[in-house]
Amino acid sequence: MVLLMVPGVVFLLAFFYLPVLGNVVAFQDFQPYLGIMHSEWNGFTNFVNLYANPDFWDALRNTLILAGAQLLLFFPIPIGLALIVDSLVSNRVRRWFQTIAYLPHFLSWVLVVTLFQQSLGGAGFVNNLLRQAGLDPIPFMTNPDTFPLLVVAQLVWKDAGWAMIIFLAALTTVDVSLYEAAAADGAGRWRRLWHITLPSLRTVIVLLLILRIGDILSVGFEQFILQRDSVGPGAAEVLDTFTYYAGVVGGDWSSGAAAGLAKGVVGALLLWGANSLAHRLGEPGIFQRRGSS
Amino acid sequence: MRPIWKESPSPAYQAIKAVVLGGFALAIVVPILVVVSTSLASDQDIIDAGGYVLWPSHPTVKAYQTLFSGGLMGRAIMVSVFVTLVGTAIALAVTIALAYATSRPVLFGRPVLLMVLFTLLFAPGIIPMFLVVKQFGLLDSLWSLILPGALGAFNFVVLRTFFMNVPGELLESARIDGASDFMILRKIIMPLSKAVIAVVGLFYAVGFWNAFFNALLYLNDTSKWPVQVILRTYVLQGKSLSADQLGVEPLPQPQSLQMAVVVVALVPIAMVYPFLQRHFTKGVITGAVKG
Repeated sequence: MVLLMVPGVVFLLAFFYLPVLGNVVAFQDFQPYLGIMHSEWNGFTNFVNLYANPDFWDALRNTLILAGAQLLLFFPIPIGLALIVDSLVSNRVRRWFQTIAYLPHFLSWVLVVTLFQQSLGGAGFVNNLLRQAGLDPIPFMTNPDTFPLLVVAQLVWKDAGWAMIIFLAALTTVDVSLYEAAAADGAGRWRRLWHITLPSLRTVIVLLLILRIGDILSVGFEQFILQRDSVGPGAAEVLDTFTYYAGVVGGDWSSGAAAGLAKGVVGALLLWGANSLAHRLGEPGIFQRRGSS
Repeated sequence: MRPIWKESPSPAYQAIKAVVLGGFALAIVVPILVVVSTSLASDQDIIDAGGYVLWPSHPTVKAYQTLFSGGLMGRAIMVSVFVTLVGTAIALAVTIALAYATSRPVLFGRPVLLMVLFTLLFAPGIIPMFLVVKQFGLLDSLWSLILPGALGAFNFVVLRTFFMNVPGELLESARIDGASDFMILRKIIMPLSKAVIAVVGLFYAVGFWNAFFNALLYLNDTSKWPVQVILRTYVLQGKSLSADQLGVEPLPQPQSLQMAVVVVALVPIAMVYPFLQRHFTKGVITGAVKG
């Protein structure tokens, strides 16, 4: 058995735990030609520099705005879709819709952004139609002010259908006799939704909210890096792209690593905090409390 | 069948439902349809339609012939196929072995499990990853796209949950008959979990095929670019595919050529999607509910 674990553990050590240790470059004045072993230590200087760097604060602000928009605007949509699909009586319509709605989840972000560009971009077919109708084209893809909405629209297109699965599964576990009894007592459609359906989705909703909050600082990294050129860093620079452009592209390895480390730690704390909050509210959350079963 | 207690919806409700679901489905289907149609459209179709074609009246595969006639795109497809096949094989082998070992109460099982689950909580960061890959001498090597993705925590959890439900008596009796751990895995565990292994394999394959940022980060050599990076460079950023990169002249309409690149990135996913769809709900729910 121990032998079967060896390859997996080696991979984890080489490509997860070694890079985790590699975060020490955030506390160094890292020079590639010197390497980690010979670069000079400089304590918290990189973090102090980040604190004074307006670009870092812009990236942090954009991360929070974009992540907040995705959390608030995206989250209710799969729940709504699942409720509608669950209310469908025809199994055929339901299967057709599911087949179409799940597909975009498996497409890469490059493909999704490309499809959006071909549809809504300056030369895309929507704007082509507008031009043929004698109207002014709308810069959906390049307007920094509406970028948060564009990002949410892309996320909805790609993942709302997929996110619906888990709610649909939860809906099938609701005891039908509850609905029957409520209907017999005169509860209409909306009262049944409010008093039976939504309470039975509560655990799943809390679970997914926690996962999203833990992921909030990393949301849509590929999505943003792909659109940073067309929208401009003012709206699309997030912590991860800041790390990439400052570190790998700009050669300021230590600042990039410091920003990346700060992001990783805050993200883990958010996940932890959200999970504890869920426990306090009496929900199981994702990580079980020690000793509870 | 509608249950008796459920009132039938008013026409207004039904209309709203139809508009919401129909609109969502159309928003997904139409862009894909337009891309596929335009890639198959003749030059004249594209000029007539002013750019995009909803339905090609004179379908032609000239754009694909041009793409596949060699050069950049042919190489990119080879790279993506190689990374996807080899990556999936390695990732499956590593994940199955680790998931099986930790699914039984064994020495070191608990700490190793925690080692994997910790990866869900914290990400090492772009810069340290880059430095490690560089240190291993993997920059500009296709292995840089494969090895860092060889153990996905989510896939691990799905497999482990499934393996845990295989009754211990079965393994016990095999062990008494003298089977080694590896034999048990090969002859009992894997045949029993074919479906879930197929789903996890497809998840890995889709992940490898779709990976974009790794290639951007680790590969400078354009001859090693996978399809996704080509898609980004020549379609999204709009750099033109020049004749020497494709090796033929005259080029068809750039529009149909670009759309053909999009289709090339799309087709493998569309091909495995029916298999994925049949099984994935089960996989996702096992992983999410019991993990």
